[in-house]
Amino acid sequence: MCEKKAEEAVSLEVHQRILSRNDETARHNREHFDRLGTIAVNLMGSPGSGKTALLEATARRGNRRVAALAGDLETDRDAQRLAAAGIPSLPITTGSACHLDAGMVHRALHDLPLEGIRLLAIENVGNLVCPAVYDLGQHASVVALSVTEGEDKPLKYPVMFRTADLVVITKVDLLPHLDVDVRAIRNNLARVMPRPRAIEVSSRTGEGIDQWMQWLDELCEAATAPLQEARA
Amino acid sequence: MHEYAIVAELVRQVESEARRAGAAAVTRVTVAIGDLSGVERGLLATAYDVFRGRTVCETAELSLRAVPAVWSCPGCARDVAPGAVLSCPDCVVPARLRQGDEIVLERIEMEVA
Repeated sequence: MCEKKAEEAVSLEVHQRILSRNDETARHNREHFDRLGTIAVNLMGSPGSGKTALLEATARRGNRRVAALAGDLETDRDAQRLAAAGIPSLPITTGSACHLDAGMVHRALHDLPLEGIRLLAIENVGNLVCPAVYDLGQHASVVALSVTEGEDKPLKYPVMFRTADLVVITKVDLLPHLDVDVRAIRNNLARVMPRPRAIEVSSRTGEGIDQWMQWLDELCEAATAPLQEARA
Repeated sequence: MHEYAIVAELVRQVESEARRAGAAAVTRVTVAIGDLSGVERGLLATAYDVFRGRTVCETAELSLRAVPAVWSCPGCARDVAPGAVLSCPDCVVPARLRQGDEIVLERIEMEVA
């Protein structure tokens, strides 16, 4: 019974998502949002694609009870810009990490009260690849794509656009100065997004911001949970 | 470049499974990485080699299984040609990604005492 056996080779089938721990934390975040009646949007895009400007333009449209988390490798400049625009904001400084993960958002939520907040914009690190890999617990994913980035970005970075619920084509006021055709951008989006949806905006002139606000309103209306009011 | 973060999670999972199985040594881990997963296989292999020292994976070869992206129609099951618009021309419904977004630890080969 106690004879010594030789080591035995064993093959163990696991089939588990490597990011299962992030998925678990994301689920936890989503439950937190749902409990409070807050809709979370993961706003992604290249550095300089106009993510912060889009949120500033959102704030200029009045009281929509918006708060924001702003991810950046260094500095809290985006969070400062958003706070100056009237959006309660917290920075998430990632150091060398090229993306936000669900744990970073979870930790930040301890310091950002969401009672009375209808929309939480999570401005991801400027990067067209890595942020798409990590679920943060958001209800919708939005990619900001500026017309200055050219027509072929969707084909070059399909992963980010595949999971997007909406693409906001930004800086359209610059189109007269560029050899860029928005129809070509839309055509390329249809090859990487199964439900291609895009709106064209200029945060500077306000063009298209109505459509963006309407999309946000529809997103919030689709949510079933009532908004939990701020405690007095 | 998030491949180091992926490897850190991979090693953590292998450690947990190997401990539970009472492994004396892990000899191979097989990971499936889809073409639309957002993970670059070459970078993942490099990150694995840098990271595995002094972990349970030190003795383990990494086998990467590439999974091509396949979009197909949820109605008629026909595949969408690569590079085409992601909609079925017959059923006029959005295509669905059938495979290609995997970031999955599939198998651990180990020696058990």
